[in-house]
Amino acid sequence: MSNQNANRAGLTLGPLLHHWTPEARRDFYFRAADEMPVDTVYVGEVICSKREPFFQDHLPEVIDRLKSAGKEVVLSTLALVTQPREVKAIREAADADLIVEANDVACLEALHGRPHVIGPFINVFNEGARDFVAKNGAFRVVLPVEAPATSIKVLADNAGKLETEVLVFGKQTLSIAMRCYHARANGLTKDSCQFVCGLDPNGLNATTVTGDDILTINGTSTMSNGYGVLLHELDALRSMGVTHFRLSPQAIDMVEVARLFRDTLDGKLAPAEAETKLRPLTDPVPYVNGFYYGRVGLSWNERHAA
Amino acid sequence: MTQHSLELLSPAGNPAALRAAIEAGADAVYCGFADRTNARNYPGLNFDVDEMVEGVAYAHSKGAKVLVAINTFPPAGEMKSWKDAIDNAAMAGADAVILADIGVLDYAANKHPNLRRHLSVQASAANPLSINYYRDQFGVKRVVLPRILSVDEVAHVAKETGMEIEVFGYGSVGPMSEGRCFLSSYMTGLSPTSEGACAPASHVTYKEDGDFVLSCLGDVVLNRVAKGEGAAYPTPCKARYVACGKAGYIFEEPIALNALDILPELKKAGVTALKIEGRQRSKAYVAEVVSAFRKALDAVETGETRSTDDLSELSEGGRQTFGAYKKGWR
Repeated sequence: MSNQNANRAGLTLGPLLHHWTPEARRDFYFRAADEMPVDTVYVGEVICSKREPFFQDHLPEVIDRLKSAGKEVVLSTLALVTQPREVKAIREAADADLIVEANDVACLEALHGRPHVIGPFINVFNEGARDFVAKNGAFRVVLPVEAPATSIKVLADNAGKLETEVLVFGKQTLSIAMRCYHARANGLTKDSCQFVCGLDPNGLNATTVTGDDILTINGTSTMSNGYGVLLHELDALRSMGVTHFRLSPQAIDMVEVARLFRDTLDGKLAPAEAETKLRPLTDPVPYVNGFYYGRVGLSWNERHAA
Repeated sequence: MTQHSLELLSPAGNPAALRAAIEAGADAVYCGFADRTNARNYPGLNFDVDEMVEGVAYAHSKGAKVLVAINTFPPAGEMKSWKDAIDNAAMAGADAVILADIGVLDYAANKHPNLRRHLSVQASAANPLSINYYRDQFGVKRVVLPRILSVDEVAHVAKETGMEIEVFGYGSVGPMSEGRCFLSSYMTGLSPTSEGACAPASHVTYKEDGDFVLSCLGDVVLNRVAKGEGAAYPTPCKARYVACGKAGYIFEEPIALNALDILPELKKAGVTALKIEGRQRSKAYVAEVVSAFRKALDAVETGETRSTDDLSELSEGGRQTFGAYKKGWR
């Protein structure tokens, strides 16, 4: 058994994956600092480096405010690094006086073994990969969204001092690319994108040709249409040894979402009751949890069916 | 065998394709074991251990190399198959193994330090820092670049890293960062990253819908085409979706990558090896594509100008693209 079970579960706010206006982004983080019952806040741009300059000026004050509120602050880095200027930014992030979440292996090279978090975009699917990254300075691993419970159990158990984090709320990123699909869907290209991704604070809906909601386009990434929700699975995850539970920012009342997850983790709220309170905040977006159960990712499985 | 400065690397989905590729002029072939340790784990494909031993012996007798793809990501607690695959590739005398997972790379580097390691496209290493990481940590000698870089970007990576660079020359386009795409498991529950099969045929169905045919993966409709139009195979990244009120191929068209006309540019960019995609393809397909590329590469070496072979009949959707190699794609 993990020695972490007795400890308080860490609730984290993952990096904002959508392109919000700088003001909306700043105010969101101020609210996170002041009102959100989360222990850790991940800041930084993960999806598209073209978005980075917009928030650059606000980042220091946001980090200060979060730290003053007692939050652990982690700087998340790009999931797909290709351009020389992106490589330069990765080197600067690695050298900055902040904990970094590495989302591309480029970051691991730049960190030279300094303590860091492995983000969900670096594949740690097995104990071999886990042990290697831990030996090289990772103190926490955020597992890929695809990892099923059977894998989470093996990876979180016997992890020693290594912390394990799992996404428990928010759209699941299913792919990242060089090409910008948000621009493409709007008849533009990445180089002339006009930042159309900013028009859709929760992403752009893509349906099948027969009209079923299926995917969400977010810049160069593709996400689940539904929110991944592992509310009924929190207890099981804790007993597996998972130490940190991630909420991914959506353009909804995230303070209330965080309260519901915090109360459920603390045993003050039954999962069924929490779900009843969560639904009105998230309607009409459906929930998915198939990856956890090793089933069709977009499916929603009742816990007793596991 | 003639030494070619740009190595022509052919897929070999089975022993017959291996021989056909080498006879058609491939300098090397890549193949995998018949299990989920490689990214083309489809029924009826790939090699058992004895076939691998024979395939390597045959290739070596013709002066060709065999690279073994062990390029999926083992699920937790299930690494044994991947370790066995590496041990068996070493035992068979393979010239290199093509790996993606950090745990698998670590095992190979420690257990078989003399077995050459190439970094699979599944590792999605698209910049000099990432590539240097795999070189420094695991002694990787060659990197297979993702199909998302322009020729200029390929040249930049080659120059900055000094590594052997392998790129795709022909076959499917892969718009997503490979090895990190969960679209197929989102729709089928089977993971390309750990099971080695994207859009497995077992989950593909076609349904009539009036004058149209719907192609589906799992319960998800991925395309609707007029009867007789011929539907491309339904993979999630080459499907038709509706966004912004328009139906279209929002990720990528059903189209084939063909770099036949830009081989001199790729060579100049510092490319070591040119890979043809398609271990799932027939022996006849492999022979035809390899021989077209053999002729083209030989012409590049001698500086001849030549007319380009038309491979469009072999292409997905009958159409071809330079993909990300040319600016404007992204």
